[in-house]
Parts: sequence; C-alpha cells; structure tokens
Amino acid sequence: MSWISPFTLRRIGVLGMNRRNVAYISRYNERSNYPLVDDKLRTKLMAQKMGLSVPDLLHVITTQHEIEGIEPVLSSLNQFVIKPARGSGGKGILVIRGRTPDGFRKSSGSLITLNDVKRHVTNIISGLHSLGGRPDVAIIESLVETSDIFEQVSFEGVPDIRLIVFKGFPVMGMLRLATKASDGKANLHQGAVGVGLDIGSGRAVAAVQHNQVLVIHPDTDVPLKGIAVPNWPSLLSLAARCYEGTRLGYLGCDLVIDRNRGPLLLELNARPGLSIQIANAEGLLPRLRQIESLDEPYMSVDERVQASMTWFDRRSAAEQGSLWTEEDQEEKAGATA
Amino acid sequence: MTNQGPFLFLVALLVAAGIGTAAFRHASYRIPLLPGEQQTVWQVEARVEYTALGGATQTYLTLPPEQSGFRLIEETGAAPGFGFNITTQGIQRRAHWTKRDASGQQILFFKLALVQDPAHAVDAAPPHGPVEAPHWDEPYRTAAFQLIDTLLPITADPQSMAVQLIDVMNRRPADPNVSLLRDRYSDPILLARLLNTAGIAARTVQVLELEDGRRRQGLAEHVQVWHQGIWHLYHTGTGRVPDDANLLLWQTETPSVLEVTGGTNSRVTFSMISQARSMLELAADIRAPGFSLSLYSLPIAEQGMFKLIMLLPVGALVVVFMRIIVGIRTSGTFMPVLIALAFLQTELIPGLLSFILVVSIGLLIRSYLSSLNLLLVARIATLVILVIGIISVFSVVSYQLGLMSGLTITFFPMIIMAWTIERMSIIWEEEGPPEVLLQGGGSLLVATLAYLVMDQQIVRHLAFNFPELHLLILAMVLILGRYTGYRLLELRRFASFGPIARK
Repeated sequence: MSWISPFTLRRIGVLGMNRRNVAYISRYNERSNYPLVDDKLRTKLMAQKMGLSVPDLLHVITTQHEIEGIEPVLSSLNQFVIKPARGSGGKGILVIRGRTPDGFRKSSGSLITLNDVKRHVTNIISGLHSLGGRPDVAIIESLVETSDIFEQVSFEGVPDIRLIVFKGFPVMGMLRLATKASDGKANLHQGAVGVGLDIGSGRAVAAVQHNQVLVIHPDTDVPLKGIAVPNWPSLLSLAARCYEGTRLGYLGCDLVIDRNRGPLLLELNARPGLSIQIANAEGLLPRLRQIESLDEPYMSVDERVQASMTWFDRRSAAEQGSLWTEEDQEEKAGATA
Repeated sequence: MTNQGPFLFLVALLVAAGIGTAAFRHASYRIPLLPGEQQTVWQVEARVEYTALGGATQTYLTLPPEQSGFRLIEETGAAPGFGFNITTQGIQRRAHWTKRDASGQQILFFKLALVQDPAHAVDAAPPHGPVEAPHWDEPYRTAAFQLIDTLLPITADPQSMAVQLIDVMNRRPADPNVSLLRDRYSDPILLARLLNTAGIAARTVQVLELEDGRRRQGLAEHVQVWHQGIWHLYHTGTGRVPDDANLLLWQTETPSVLEVTGGTNSRVTFSMISQARSMLELAADIRAPGFSLSLYSLPIAEQGMFKLIMLLPVGALVVVFMRIIVGIRTSGTFMPVLIALAFLQTELIPGLLSFILVVSIGLLIRSYLSSLNLLLVARIATLVILVIGIISVFSVVSYQLGLMSGLTITFFPMIIMAWTIERMSIIWEEEGPPEVLLQGGGSLLVATLAYLVMDQQIVRHLAFNFPELHLLILAMVLILGRYTGYRLLELRRFASFGPIARK
C-alpha cells in the first residue's frame, strides 16, 4: 500500500476530485444542460438531430404494462442491449448476444429466460438503477459489433473509448477493455483495463488495471503496448462535436467502434471520472490549463481536433513505450513466462 | 477563484457573528462555556421576631448591599397580613413590613439566594466626605491620644495603623490605655474611633458568617478601613480578614440592622445552607422573563428534541469532512448522520451490533425478494415492514433474555434501514460483496466518528446552549465546500504516479 505526496501530485498536474467538481464541472457545466446527458434517450435524440452516429434505437419502454407486450419486439431481434435511460455508473445494462430455444444468452455466456428479461425491464422502469430511484424508461438498442482490431484484445464485450472533451477540445483519451474480473463490463473500478491513448495518434501510451501498471491483457494475453485505435481523427471529431450538441464545457464522451458503422457515440457524461489520468500516466491539469489560457473566439470542430492532435501529441512516447518502465516490462515478462 | 473576496467576507462575518454572540451570551447571561460547571449558592434566611403591642407596627430590616464576590439571584420577603416593600437609601437597602393592627408574637422571614462568584466585582462606595474626629471625654481622650501617638511613628498608612492598633488591643498583659478605653467602648467601636481620630476613614459594619447548615446565628461586628479605593475588613480579634472568607457584608450605613416600631423584644437571627448548582441552571434562573428568542423558552420535551436536532449540523460537518478531505465513500450522503443519531440513544457497541444484525438479516430476506419480481416501491415497502418485524422480534427476544439494551434498537430510522438494505443488495448483485463491505464499512465508520464527536459532553453542551456556534459550523462547511486540494485517499489512488514523477 503506497502513498504519494500531494506536492508531487500537484507538480505532475493530477486533477483531484474536489478540484474537478469546483473548478471544472461546476464552472463549465451548466446544470440546465445536465438532463440532456443524464438521460440516454435524450442524448440519443440530440445526437441524431446533430447528425452524430449512434447505435440504432430499436424500442423504448416507458410504462410497466408495455412490458407484457415486449415479446413480439424481442422475437425479431437476435442481439440487443437493454439499458436504463438514466442509469448511473453503467448500472442496469443488459447485453444479449444471442438466443437459444430456452432463452437469451448474455455476453458472459450465461442463459436467462424471458421472465428474467421482463424483470430487468421492470426494475429499470421502477427506477432501481437511476439516481434517487426516480421512475425511468428502458431503451432497447442494437448491439455494437466489435471491430476486428479489438476482437482479439478484449476479453468479451465491446471495448469503449472514453474521451474527455474540454470546451470542445479532446484533451485525453482512454480505451476501456472488459476483463473476466470486470464481468464483461468496461468499468475501471470493476476491474476493466484502462489503456491510455495518445491524442495525436490513437496509440496506447500506458495501461492499468486496478491502478496497477499492465503490459499484457490479463485474460487474452495480448500485449497492450501495440494497440492503435483506427479511425482516430474521426473519433476525435465525433467527440468534439458533442460540445456543440450539449454546451457542456467539461464532458466525458463514450464512443465505440462498430465493425460496420465505424465510430458511434454511446453516451455522454457530465461528471467524467479521474482514472483516465492513471491510464495515461499523466495529469489532466496542464492540458486543461493550456485550453483555458486560449483566447480564440471560435474554432471549428476540425480546427479544434487539429489543435488537440498537435498539442497533446505523445507519439514519440507511444512508439518507445517509454511510459511503461523497464522494470515493469521485465517484471511482467517474468511473471508470464 | 472568482468572487473570493465576498466569499471570505461572508465566512468571516459568520465566524464573527457566531463567536461574538456566544461571547456576549456567555458574558451577560453567564451561560457557562463548559458543561457541568458548578457554583455555590447560599440560601440565607433572616428571621425577625418581636412581640407586637397591639396597633400599627413597622419593621425595617437592613438588607446586604451589592458587594463583590456575591451575586443576588433571588429574594423574597412577603409575609401574610403584612404590607411589604423594599426601600433604598444610597446603597443600603431595607426591607419594610407594615401592619395596621398587630398584637402578640410576630415572625417575619426574609429569604435570599446568593451565588458565590469571585468574578463578580462591585465598585465600593467611598466614605461620605472627610473624616470627622470623634468626640472623646476625659480620661479616655488622653488614653486614646497616647495610644495613637505611640503608634504613629511606627506606621505608614491606614492599613498598618489598623494592624498595629489590633496588635496593641490584643496584647497580654493588656495595655493600660486599652484597658481603660475598653471600659467604655466595645472593641470594634473602639478601633473605628481610634482610626477616625488618627484621620483615617473607618467604620463598623455588621457581617454574616456563612457556614453551611448554621441556624439562629447573629451578625458579627467588624471594622472596615478605607484605603486606596477599597474598604479593607478587619476583625478586632484576628486582624485582617482574608478576601476569600465566607463573610457576607450585611450592614454598612444605617445605624441598626433591625428597627421595630409598635413592638418589643425584637430580634433577628439568620439560618443558611449552601447548595452546589450547575452554572447552567443559574443562567436559566436569571434569564429575562417574558418573550424571549431562546431555546430555553421552549417546553422541556421540545428542548430535549432540540438537544438532538442541534447535534445534526455537527454530524453533517463530520460527513462533509470525511467525504471532501478524506474521501470515504458512504452509501447515502447523510445516512451516517442519522445512524449516528440513533447510536446516541443506543450507545455505540449495541448500536453497531444491532445495525449490522438487522441489515444482514434484511439482506438475506431481500435476496429472496429479488426472485419475486416486485416493483420497486412495493419492494421498499416490503423491506420497511420486514425491518419493523426484525426489530420487534429482536426487541422481544432481547427483553426475554434480560438484555435491556436490545430495546433501544427501536431508535433506528426504519425507512433509512430499508433503503440501506435495498441499496446494499443492489450493490451486492452488481458490484459484488467487496463493494458492499467497502461502502457499508465506510458508512459505519463515518457514523461511528460522527457519533464519537456528537457524544462529547462539551459538544452537546455547546450545540444546545450556544446555538449561534452553528454559524461557525456553517462557515467551516462553506470553506470545505471550496476546498480544491487532493483528498487523503486520492494520495493512494494516484500512487502509481510515483515512478513517473521520479523519471
């Protein structure tokens, strides 16, 4: 159990929870804009209006009595995702990857019955997963198909990419890979692997699981160092455009890459977490301050993406993998041998 | 930060208002800053007896003047069938009883309660005008002057003169001059006369010696000598009387303590007891009657409730501190405060045990409920009923086993318990048992800390008796709300930056 001095953290420019809340979220995010991102249904509709690509919306269940009529809707679907519109922290997301005569196969491989699915929807609508237990609606949307590049690296589930967008500039990115420990969920505190991404190139710069530096994926044994996210500039531009859509200055964008459709916007977060700094082995503050000191009146999306790719380029570091320390590499190599 | 100035001004204002009001109320209403502070209260009863001759009677009883060291909190003198009032002449107050037609034995009481308070200081009234040399008849005049002449060279000021005179008067074998003078004058009067003759302001006074449980006591005559703005008290037998002696100055100005017209055989005696009473009680005693914006003006039952309510801000401050500075996660923001409030009733260990017991049993039953496919509101309601059931069974069983502490379990907020069980169970299903232990443990840790703070006598005392100190808590919460530094647990969370910093 090791500790770090607050002065060292400040020197590196690590953003802490209190400063994030006071100096960024409450200053740059207007409360009235929160419902747009807290409600995934509204986010989706906004995205469609703005022409941002999102997974297809298949069905919305708003009342309990609609649940009984859910079967015909599901019968035409082989793969789908059920999620609460106002779920917090990835709670209540049910991923169905296939069907058997007996029921539905979850992404973990276990089978559940139609009744289980109905109960899940009941729970969602009665507000089990929403903050404060407020009544909610259930969204059924198409399942994202993992692109080939990620197929081998992720244990199961679709890896997603979290980008922090500050005043419309993508400032830091992270690829989240589900693991056996995280039960197929891409949630860092549940044990998913976070891979820090270079904003300049989309290449991996560092990786962590449970705050520990990683070299290979714990389940798939794929080396994490070589990962490079395809379609990187279009991903950044998709995220940057969310700023215009939400007017939230400090925004977390969760994106996925679909095998067929390319980058898709999954959801938005007005209070993005801080673990992305650990995955990148870098603090957010210097980057945020660089953008705060800017006095450009207006920059287009492309100009912002270009600027970010230039300022936050760590390609040399990524190529050398220098953020993985020598000892780490030897240690891990020894451990796997 | 923007607007830092007005913000700091507001905080400073709150701090100043809180401390200022508390200090003012401490100083003027004497509400003690510490709990359990005790003060001695003397209950003195003067009993006046006389035989009325039939016809109108008037009785004057001199009352003790306001004086340093004693604070009067109560006095009553009304007697049935008598008119009563208190008259004031200079600083000397007198009780005055009147009756148109009285005969036979009359008994009047005057009761007063005095707080012994060394901090209570009263400026002494100076002597009236310059000292008048008393008139002496021969041969006393010669004796008196001889005595003073022998002592003048060896004294420096009024006090040393008094000490020397007392010394001479107590000499064995007796000084011939003193023996002669004693034939005519009592010791205190002699001393006062001799001092006056030497040009020193001095007077005889009547004092009451305070001793717990004394009955039917009289007043004693002492001599006061004016020097450097203070009346110094002397006893002709023992010399200088120390300041901390339990002597109550009863009469200083008027010639007699008791004056009765229309009666004979009058006398006054004194009885007294001392009581230790908490300063708080005394503060309540002297508080202004009538309309007052004070918690003390509420009925006792509501005061008891406010004693708990006023602790809530303290608990909230602990929660704010633990979450913002330390970074502990709790299930439900202020749930720990409510649990801590329940702990105040149950005591810590029984409270912790029964809380864990109820939540554990609740979780077991809840795991069965989750297969029943209930709507959320129904499920919570079911849990509320179950929690009440568990608590009832627990109370009955522990009572039958003779464990009275089991009964206090009813103080737990049941709706909160039900929600806690529900949340815990969801965390259990979604994030696994370790997270349940982490959040549950965090909540209990914060609740325990809040309890330990709220259970301090001094905290309870200040929170209720100085409600204005909550402005200080408000100021602290505001300051904590602007804290942008790292949380304690973040220093561990971000520990992996250590090797990077070294590169």
